[in-house]
Amino acid sequence: MIDIKKEIQKDRRAFIKNVLGGTIAGSLLLVIPAGAALDSKLPEQLPGMRGDDSVFTEKKFVFIVDVTACIGCGSCCVADKNEYNVPDGNYRTWVERYIIDDHDEVFVDSPNGGLDGYTEPRTDIPFPVRDTFFVPKLCNMCEKPSCVQVCPVGATYKTEDGFILIDKDRCVGCGYCIQACPYSVRYLNPLTRTADKCTWCYHRVRKGLLPACVNVCPVHARKFGDLNDKTSEVYRLLREPHVISVLKPGMGNKPALHYLGLRREVV
Amino acid sequence: MSVAAHGDTAAAVANYIFPNDLHVHWSLMIVLYPYITGIVAGAFIVSSLYHVFHIKELKPISRFSLLFALAFLICATWPLLNHLGHPERAMSMMLTPNPTSAMAGFGYIYSAYMIVLLLEILFLYRPTVVALKEQASGFMRTVYGILSVGSDNVSEKALKLDHKIISFLAAIGIPMACVLHGYVGFIFGGIKANPLWATPLMPLIFLLSACVSGIAGIILAYTLIMKFTGQPLDVNCIRTCVKFLWGFFILDFVFEMLELFSHFYMATHHWHTLETLYSGPLYVSFWVLQVGVFSVIPFFVLMALSLINWNDKVIAFFAPLVSVMILCQVLLMRWNVVVGGQLMSKSERGATTFHPQWLEKEGILPAIIIMVAPLVILWILGKVLPFWQKDDPAAQQVG
Repeated sequence: MIDIKKEIQKDRRAFIKNVLGGTIAGSLLLVIPAGAALDSKLPEQLPGMRGDDSVFTEKKFVFIVDVTACIGCGSCCVADKNEYNVPDGNYRTWVERYIIDDHDEVFVDSPNGGLDGYTEPRTDIPFPVRDTFFVPKLCNMCEKPSCVQVCPVGATYKTEDGFILIDKDRCVGCGYCIQACPYSVRYLNPLTRTADKCTWCYHRVRKGLLPACVNVCPVHARKFGDLNDKTSEVYRLLREPHVISVLKPGMGNKPALHYLGLRREVV
Repeated sequence: MSVAAHGDTAAAVANYIFPNDLHVHWSLMIVLYPYITGIVAGAFIVSSLYHVFHIKELKPISRFSLLFALAFLICATWPLLNHLGHPERAMSMMLTPNPTSAMAGFGYIYSAYMIVLLLEILFLYRPTVVALKEQASGFMRTVYGILSVGSDNVSEKALKLDHKIISFLAAIGIPMACVLHGYVGFIFGGIKANPLWATPLMPLIFLLSACVSGIAGIILAYTLIMKFTGQPLDVNCIRTCVKFLWGFFILDFVFEMLELFSHFYMATHHWHTLETLYSGPLYVSFWVLQVGVFSVIPFFVLMALSLINWNDKVIAFFAPLVSVMILCQVLLMRWNVVVGGQLMSKSERGATTFHPQWLEKEGILPAIIIMVAPLVILWILGKVLPFWQKDDPAAQQVG
């Protein structure tokens, strides 16, 4: 304290200059964060992605949802909405609640896409509940995607590393892809007037980060990785004798989204 | 799904729809699009029945039906452009088309058909246009000059060549009209994700209903124009039209029902979703209106008109009436396919609802404007090119 007082007394003007200068310089650092530099400071979540600018043809990304683990908290939906500013009433990902009563009647709901989490039990089930579980939904990243097939202008396309993406600067907004998707993961973005959907956070994956929803899932119900990486969890899960299936296999779209412990009631 | 078992909770059991399926993306505009192209294809076929198949009774309306087709064809893209999120990018479909997309073919098929139709009209009306040009002055003379494409030659040799060209254009026009509308059916029929649409019969049903709506449209327009302009109606022509209308409608209605019956009989899991749709949200618009009122009644009326030898007044009264009903039937069919197919969620557990609004971008008012526009265009076309032979200064030379 005495030192500072001495400094101030020595040259008040110089002191104020220094304080102001320091403040401005400090806030400039905050304003110009140099995004790439910060990204690279985050730990790499997908091994071998950093510094690899080539097309990831060597990689085969898959997404696995563990139905037996999901607790329906809705964190994934919140993370997704924040990541993409998804307009209200449209859903890149959502969580469904399944309830089966002891008369084998199936009750499904997904209020607000599960965005608010399932904090209240349903009170309209007429018989004792036999079973209940949550099913998160997102883009299936099909090997044979219907949306890519029907897009009249090629605005929806498949990257060489297997992601189905949309070029919003080419999309004419005809909605044909929305009709063609068997999983209803697409919507017409009211702001851009173009088709929109989940991308498995392609921009994050390219930087070695996990998709936002995978990153925030508190119970690790969402898993993402490279099937060609034999040390990855997804490789292990799909190789081992688990109960694993995809949605609507009869459609022939061959999704890269797999469900661990999928139940026959799920459509 | 034992829906009835739980009374009030049935709605909950049956009614989970995917959150993105609440909104019906293809609404009135996409209902109108196949309706308008269907009328175009049907009207063209009426004209071809005379020009190619030489059904002489149809001569009075053979040229009118071409102009009728043109008026509707001009408007066929309007509902599509109004529907697109980015109509300014519409040309990308032709400039950078995706070859695997059914929709990408529309621009080409539409343009090719437009060219054939325009050429046929220009050749058919050439002697008329040359004669009218001589009578006209000022602006109209310039218009006829453009329409005659600089050729005043109406010698017998030239007209013979014209006639050959017209026959050729009418002949290739038939498969093109079929392709145009069969293709529109395929746009829906090729969508495997929608059990109501995904059937190989869809192009056929669309094509047959196109023929039906086109013939009905021609009968209605012809009788109304004749009535309001006080001209005599060629009832023999109407009788022939009615017979063709009945013939095409038998095929159309039978295939529509066969398609449904096949689904019902095979009873795959698709049927269970279709069943709840037909017995629920589509009950009135499909069973009561499309099938009950506007298919069964016209079916018997057409049968009676075709088989019994009525006097002219009966024909002149009932033919336009039954045509209105047929036009309603086809419009309902488009509605039930396009909107009905989207009501059912891909969750296979429920259906959403859809009520068109009057003033929204794709609402009822824009739909009415788009349906009235072809009639206005037809009226303008009628000012330039005479619909009927008797108004034609070169009538005796026209094939």
